[in-house]
Amino acid sequence: MEIIQTDIAIVGAGGAGLRAAIALAEADPKLRIALISKVYPMRSHTCAAEGGAAGVIKSDDSLDLHFGDTVGGGDWLCDQNAVEYFINEAPKELMQLEHWGCPWSREPDGSVAVRPFGGMKIKRTWFAADKSGFHILHTLFQTSLKYPSIQRFDEYYATDLLVDDGRCQGLTALEIRSGEMRQFQAKAVIIAAGGAGKMFPFTTNGAIKTGDGMALAYRAGVPLKDMEFVQYHPTGLPNNGILLTEGCRGEGGILVNKDGRRYLQDYGMGPETPVGQPVLKTMELGPRDRLSQSFWHEQRKGNTVSTPWGDCVLLDMRHLGEKKINERLPLVRDLCISYLNMDPVKEPIPIRPVVHYCMGGIHTDIKAATPVPGLFAAGECACVSINGANRLGSNSLTELLVFGRRAALSAIEHIQSGLSNSNDGALAAQAKNSEDRIRALFDKRDGTETVAGLRKEMMATMEENAGIYRTGEELARACEKVSELRQRYANLALTDKSKVFNTDLMQALELNSMLDCAEAVAVGARDRKESRGAHQRLDFTARDDQNFLKHTLTYYHPKEPPRVEYLDVVITKSQPGVRDYSGAKK
Amino acid sequence: MSEERQIQLEVLRYNPETDLEPRFQTYSVPCVNEWVVLDALNYVKENLDPTLSYRWSCHMAVCGSCGYMINGEPKLGCKAFIHEYGDHIRVEPLAHFPIERDLVTVVEDFITKFSSVKPYLIPKEDKPISAGEFKQTPAQLMKFKQYTLCINCMLCYAACPQYGLVPEFLGPAAISMAHRYNQDSRDGGRDQRQEVIASHEGVWECSFVGACSEVCPKHVDPAGALQQVKVASTIDWYKEHLMPWSKK
Repeated sequence: MEIIQTDIAIVGAGGAGLRAAIALAEADPKLRIALISKVYPMRSHTCAAEGGAAGVIKSDDSLDLHFGDTVGGGDWLCDQNAVEYFINEAPKELMQLEHWGCPWSREPDGSVAVRPFGGMKIKRTWFAADKSGFHILHTLFQTSLKYPSIQRFDEYYATDLLVDDGRCQGLTALEIRSGEMRQFQAKAVIIAAGGAGKMFPFTTNGAIKTGDGMALAYRAGVPLKDMEFVQYHPTGLPNNGILLTEGCRGEGGILVNKDGRRYLQDYGMGPETPVGQPVLKTMELGPRDRLSQSFWHEQRKGNTVSTPWGDCVLLDMRHLGEKKINERLPLVRDLCISYLNMDPVKEPIPIRPVVHYCMGGIHTDIKAATPVPGLFAAGECACVSINGANRLGSNSLTELLVFGRRAALSAIEHIQSGLSNSNDGALAAQAKNSEDRIRALFDKRDGTETVAGLRKEMMATMEENAGIYRTGEELARACEKVSELRQRYANLALTDKSKVFNTDLMQALELNSMLDCAEAVAVGARDRKESRGAHQRLDFTARDDQNFLKHTLTYYHPKEPPRVEYLDVVITKSQPGVRDYSGAKK
Repeated sequence: MSEERQIQLEVLRYNPETDLEPRFQTYSVPCVNEWVVLDALNYVKENLDPTLSYRWSCHMAVCGSCGYMINGEPKLGCKAFIHEYGDHIRVEPLAHFPIERDLVTVVEDFITKFSSVKPYLIPKEDKPISAGEFKQTPAQLMKFKQYTLCINCMLCYAACPQYGLVPEFLGPAAISMAHRYNQDSRDGGRDQRQEVIASHEGVWECSFVGACSEVCPKHVDPAGALQQVKVASTIDWYKEHLMPWSKK
C-alpha cells in the first residue's frame, strides 16, 4: 500500500476543512497539509446553505446578546464557555472572509449588511443574497489555491483512523478513481466531514451527507455527543425537501395554515406582528424547533393544506414584492419556480418541516480536540457544543470558520508538543486491517442484502420513530430495528465488482456510517427521558434539568448497541430559564 | 401533477476494466412527470442496476456535480425536467472530457486551468482585520456579482466548440472567474492574472460562439466576460505599444 507522509491530514474539504487548511498554511508554510475529501471541494454541502452567518458587527448589537440568544436557543444544553469563545471569534472570521473577497451583500454606504434571523434578538446575520454558504465555500476554496502547501486528495474516501501509542497518527483512504487504498501517515488528523442528514428520507441534505466523519471517529473510540438532537428546518419544499432559507421569514415572509391564520401565535410565539414588518425573536422569527413543532400540532388539528406530497402549511412572501424578492431571495424564487412550478411573487408556497442539521456529533472540547490525542474535529460533524438542543439559523456557517481555524491551531500545538517516534510497523498493520475489511466487503458473494434495501429500511425507521415528536415505545423500536440492520449489513454483497469509481462500494461504506450514526441517535433519544429543544417526547413533555442538563455520550461497540454515558453541561453565566419567544407582547 | 410515464433512458456505459469502448444501455424507467433526469438515474441505481456510476449531490443546482449531456446538450441532471422531454432520453458524460467510467469524467484539466488564473482576491491595499471591511457599494458589487455565481459545473466547457478543438484553451469558466476578481473594487491583481488570460491559450482562443452563456445554468454569461476581457486586453496592448509612457 502506498504511504503518503504528511504533517496534518484533514478529512473533508467543505467550509470547516478548507478554513482549517488555510489556517495551517498561514501559520507555517513548511507544514505539509493533506486535504482529503470524497468529493471535489466545491461540491461540499456548505454550498447549499442559503441564509447567512451570524457575527456581532453593528453598533446596536453586543457579544452578550448573541451569547444569550444562542444559549437560550439551544435550550441551555450549550457549553457556555464554548459559546463565549465562538461569539468572540465570529466577527473576526466573517471579516476575514470579507478580506478574502466574499461577496457579502452591502448597505448603501458600502458597509456589510445584516439581516434578521430566527431566534436572534438583533439583526446580525451577514449574507450574500440567499447564497451565503455557496459564496463562503467558493471564497475559501479559491483562497486555498494560493497555498502550495495544501495538497489536495480529491475523491478519496477515508475508511479508518490509525491510532497507535494512544494518539491518532493518520488514516487510510480509498482513491475512488482507482479503487486503491492509501495510508496517510500524519502527526495529527482533523475531521471536518459534515453531518448525517441522509439517515432520514426527507432532508435538505445532499447525497454526500452520510455521517462518514462521525462514524470514522466513533469507530476509533471517540464518543458521539448529543446525537438525538436532529434539527428540522420548518420550510422545505414538500416534493423534494429543498430548503427555503429562514431569510424568507427574516425578510418578512409569513406562515399561514389552510384558513389563512398565522398559527404561530397559537404556540406561544404571538401575538401576531404586522404583515411585512417582522419583529425579531417572535412569530415567524421564532426558533426552528418551535416552528417545526407547531407544524406537527397544526397537522394533527387538521389545519394543514393537503398537497400531492403530503400535508403542508403555506409560506406567503407575496407582500415583499418582486423587487425585494429578486434582490434578497433570488435563489428561493428560482427554486420554487424550477422545482414546484410556483412563483413566490404571485402565490403562497406550500412547505413542510424537513431534516436539516445534526446538533450532535464528534465529542470535542472548546479547542476542537477529541479525547484521542492528535484527533480534532470541526463543523457539523463535531459537537463542541455551541448549538445545544437546537441550533439557531446562521450560527453554523460561522461555526465552520471559528472551529475550523481552532482545530488547525490545536493541531499545531499538538505536533509541537514533542511527539515520540511513530511505530511504522504498527501503523502499517492497522492500515492492512482496514484494507482487508474493505476487500472482504468488495469480494463478498452470495449476500442476501442490498445497499438500497437496507438504506430504505433505515430511513423509514428513522422517519417513523425518531421524528419531530417521539415516544419511548417508538424509540425502542427504532433502536431494535437499527441494531437489526447493523447485523444484516454483514450479509451485504455488492453487485459492482469493478475497482474504478465504484459507487456501489461507496454507497455501501456510506450506509455503514449512517447505520452507526442512526443507532447513536435512536439510543440517545430513547434514554433522554425529557423534552428539550429539538428532542420532544410525548411521554416526557417537560424539560428535566435535574436529570438531563447533561450531554449524552454514546460509545461504539462493533456488535452491540452503544454504551451511554452522560457529561455535565458547562454553565458559566446563564442559568437555565424559560425560552420566551412572545417578544411582540412587550 | 404526479402522473407517471414510462421513459426509455439510454445511458452511456463504459468500464475501463472490461470495455474496449463505450456502449449504450437502455433502461425502462417509470418516471413521475415532476422528476428531473437525475431522479431517473437514481431510480436505475436503486432498482435496476447498482453498477451505474455518476456523480451527484445537492439536487438543487448549486453543487455542480451532475453535469451530463442530455439528448446531446450539456445540462445539470438535477435541473433537466422529465416533462421537457419525450419518452426517450439519452444521457452521456460531458463532452470534451475524457470518460473515467459511465457518466463520470476526468476533470483535472478544468481544475488545473481554473487554479492557474489566480482566482482569489489579491488585495489592492493591505489592511488588518481589525480595521474592518473594505467598503464596497451595492453598485460596485453589481459590477462583478454575476461572475461569482459560477458553480464550476463545466457545462460551458462541454458546450464550447473551441475547447473541443484546442484543448489548451483556458475556457469560459476560468476566464470569467479571473474577470470576476479583476472587476472587484477590492482587488489589485489584474496584471498578475493578465499574464495567463491574455496569453495565446487565454482569451484570444475564444471565437465568440456564445454557447457557454447559453448553457450556463446560473446565467453567469461567461461569453460576456470574455468579450470584456478581450476589449480590456486590446486597450492594454495599445497603451503598451503606442503610448508606452502611460503604462503604470
